[in-house]
Amino acid sequence: MARVFVPTMLQAATGGVKEVEVEGRNVRQIIEGLDDMFPGIAGRLIEDGDIRSNLAVAVDGEVARMGLMERVGETAEIHFVPAIGGG
Amino acid sequence: MTTANQVLSEVEYDVVGKRPVRPDGVDKVTGRAQYGADLNLTGLLHGRVLRSPHAHARIKSVDVSKAEALPGVRAVVTAADLPFASLSKDELGNDYNRFKFLSDNFLASNKALYRGHAIAAVAADNAHVAEAALALIDVDYEVLEPVIDVRAAMQDGAPLLHDDLVHTSAMGEVSEKPSNVASYMKFEKGDNAAGFAAADVIVEREFTTASVHQGYIEPHNATAHWRADGQINVWCSTQGAFVVRNITADVLRVDVSEVRITPMEIGGGFGGKVAFYLEPVTALLSRKAGAPVKVLMGRTEVFEGSGPAPGSWMRVKMGASRAGKITAAEIELAFEAGAYPGSPVMQGATCAFACYELGNGAVEGYDVVVNKPKTAAYRAPGSPQAAFGVEQVVDELCQQLGVDPVEFRLNNAVKEGSRKVEGPVFQKIGLVECLEAARNHDHYRTPLSGPNQGRGVASGFWMNRGFHSSVNITVNPDGTVNLIEGSVDIGGSRASIAQQAAETLGIAYEDIKPQVVDTDSIGFTMVTGGSRTTFATGWAAILAAEDVKTQTVERAASIWEVPADEVEYDSGVIRHKSEELSFTFKDLARQLYTTGGGITGTASLDPTGEGNSFGVHVVDVEVDPDTGKTEILRYTAIQDAGKAVHPSYVEGQIQGGAVQGIGWALNEEYYFGDNGQMMNSSFLDYRMPTSLDLPMIDTVIVEVANPGHPYGVRGVGEVPIVPPLAAIANAVEQATGKRMTNLPITPGSVLEAEWNGG
Repeated sequence: MARVFVPTMLQAATGGVKEVEVEGRNVRQIIEGLDDMFPGIAGRLIEDGDIRSNLAVAVDGEVARMGLMERVGETAEIHFVPAIGGG
Repeated sequence: MTTANQVLSEVEYDVVGKRPVRPDGVDKVTGRAQYGADLNLTGLLHGRVLRSPHAHARIKSVDVSKAEALPGVRAVVTAADLPFASLSKDELGNDYNRFKFLSDNFLASNKALYRGHAIAAVAADNAHVAEAALALIDVDYEVLEPVIDVRAAMQDGAPLLHDDLVHTSAMGEVSEKPSNVASYMKFEKGDNAAGFAAADVIVEREFTTASVHQGYIEPHNATAHWRADGQINVWCSTQGAFVVRNITADVLRVDVSEVRITPMEIGGGFGGKVAFYLEPVTALLSRKAGAPVKVLMGRTEVFEGSGPAPGSWMRVKMGASRAGKITAAEIELAFEAGAYPGSPVMQGATCAFACYELGNGAVEGYDVVVNKPKTAAYRAPGSPQAAFGVEQVVDELCQQLGVDPVEFRLNNAVKEGSRKVEGPVFQKIGLVECLEAARNHDHYRTPLSGPNQGRGVASGFWMNRGFHSSVNITVNPDGTVNLIEGSVDIGGSRASIAQQAAETLGIAYEDIKPQVVDTDSIGFTMVTGGSRTTFATGWAAILAAEDVKTQTVERAASIWEVPADEVEYDSGVIRHKSEELSFTFKDLARQLYTTGGGITGTASLDPTGEGNSFGVHVVDVEVDPDTGKTEILRYTAIQDAGKAVHPSYVEGQIQGGAVQGIGWALNEEYYFGDNGQMMNSSFLDYRMPTSLDLPMIDTVIVEVANPGHPYGVRGVGEVPIVPPLAAIANAVEQATGKRMTNLPITPGSVLEAEWNGG
């Protein structure tokens, strides 16, 4: 199962839980699994059917290029991090 | 004194890592290179933009009738000509704010949100008539109180820029009350309270930095021709032609395929030409006039109407043990977004502690709208401001602990496997190698030579990025190749991308002719920025070259009538495993058109594997106790480039970034009057450093290969502007005993600190 790090600002919704194991083959399924555990949390991560515009998902340290469709390995680490560009 | 630049290499290649002549060099030094202002089309009209004289005002009406009646005027446009004006809130739904903000920054509709905000534009037979017409446009403003300071804008009761449109968004949770704080984000790691409780020394300070401009020499410009058949052709100065294309199509509500952007040569960008201001407006003028139109900004327009890097406020608190280990760290950052949301505050937050292995840490960021131009990227957006605070607090911790600042940084440096505050772990990185290079450098080992001198050290970080890139490589009958790319060449990327193609094909660099083309002629390519181009477009060139290699192997197999898996490509030679049959690349090229046709290799990719990049700067200063003026005596910039594909251009990027950082530290600021008007909107009054102000910037390129790229490339353009602000402040502190927490460190501010005992 993937290891999901709950963002600080969503830990109120998880009762303070910072890290959970979630089953899923892609980021969408991981977020759905997270929402099953902590109802409503998906709405904080997804907007208009995609990851919120100021957020990115990092799978094993790499920013997911395919967003919700990004594949997730069985022992992957998932982080929700600020989306950033450059100059 | 050692002044030679150094390259500490890990791996050697045939072409990558060498210093060939740049393909665009002759045109640029002879003045033949074509910039946007050089373009002259048949029947070209000349446009000018009317800008708000007020930093904050409601636009009650805009009357263009007198301007339209002026002989020689061919078109006048206002926000009423943009599609946004005819779309209702219901039609736009959740996209309303985004589309309104996007459209309004090209031409303001109901409010002017900064002095310099575009209100209307005129196209005329010549620029003089266009200028005269601007004076005939009658705008009825209701002048409002501006708010130009980030902390003032965050206060309850501050004038609201967007009335009830902006509410604070905190990762999906939205405040009920409207606010100038557009968003808030926080990340934590470990237990900071416990970390501070365990600290032997704690330093906490607040810092501010001023708005600064990228200072590119060439002003923004655009020429557009909206043809009768609906095709919109635009020629402009941009870091990202495809971004201009997509957003222009979005703002004008036309198909993307109807917009073709041709990027002209670019006279500097540094992030500031990721943003654009003229293209949709110029296209509207062209449609209305039925002729091509060219619009050029003047320098004052560039300062007042294009995006600076944000001013900022920060609070930094860090604790450390007597053993020299950081036990806890927190930073709160508030960045000015300018008139519309979208400052790089989270970039700043992400970079703030990236150089340090933290068990406990917290970062918080506020994105705040103020009555200034919408901020734009500027090398490593957000990171220099954050480093200005963090690296000074680290310096103060070192002072209190009595430890060497490089040793302290080495003792706390991130390395492969270190986990960042926001969560992910670093892959192979080169901060330790940079710090060791600093410690061992002649500069750091040479004592200061006189009174009123100080030495400062600071580190810096940028994560670098990949994003989409495309390259086509076509083999010519003589064995030369044409390399077609979509990455605008700002800092020598034609050369660095051609080198990677040459290395992969095993042919001479001189046999590759790279060309930057328009958006119809190559696949999508993201902006030249974020230290991504040599990494990602270089990788696209490698894949396109690999495609060529595969096709040449198949062709040779076909000619020899052998299975393709018995043929290999090795260093520009296609060879059968028997070694009795072989072609050089040129031999095979000569036969292509008689053996089945030409070969073109193509690649479009969005690569992962970006290599995080670090730099360490050492600077010596002397501060005149009578005038407060800071002189840079010696400067050494050390950076992990991964593999430096063209070391001369890497050195140029490092030196250029360091110089811009020096300007940011000592001279540069947007100086505002009480009514929010910029008072120094010329290069005479906005003081950027020149070669007369500076010593040679010595560089050390550390090469810790990025395992995420075929040749180990990381990217180099961002990091060198990160450390200078803090490095200079640390040096000034050593010279004067005064901790300078506000930028810029002008002679006046130094004297003020002396007089006030600050």
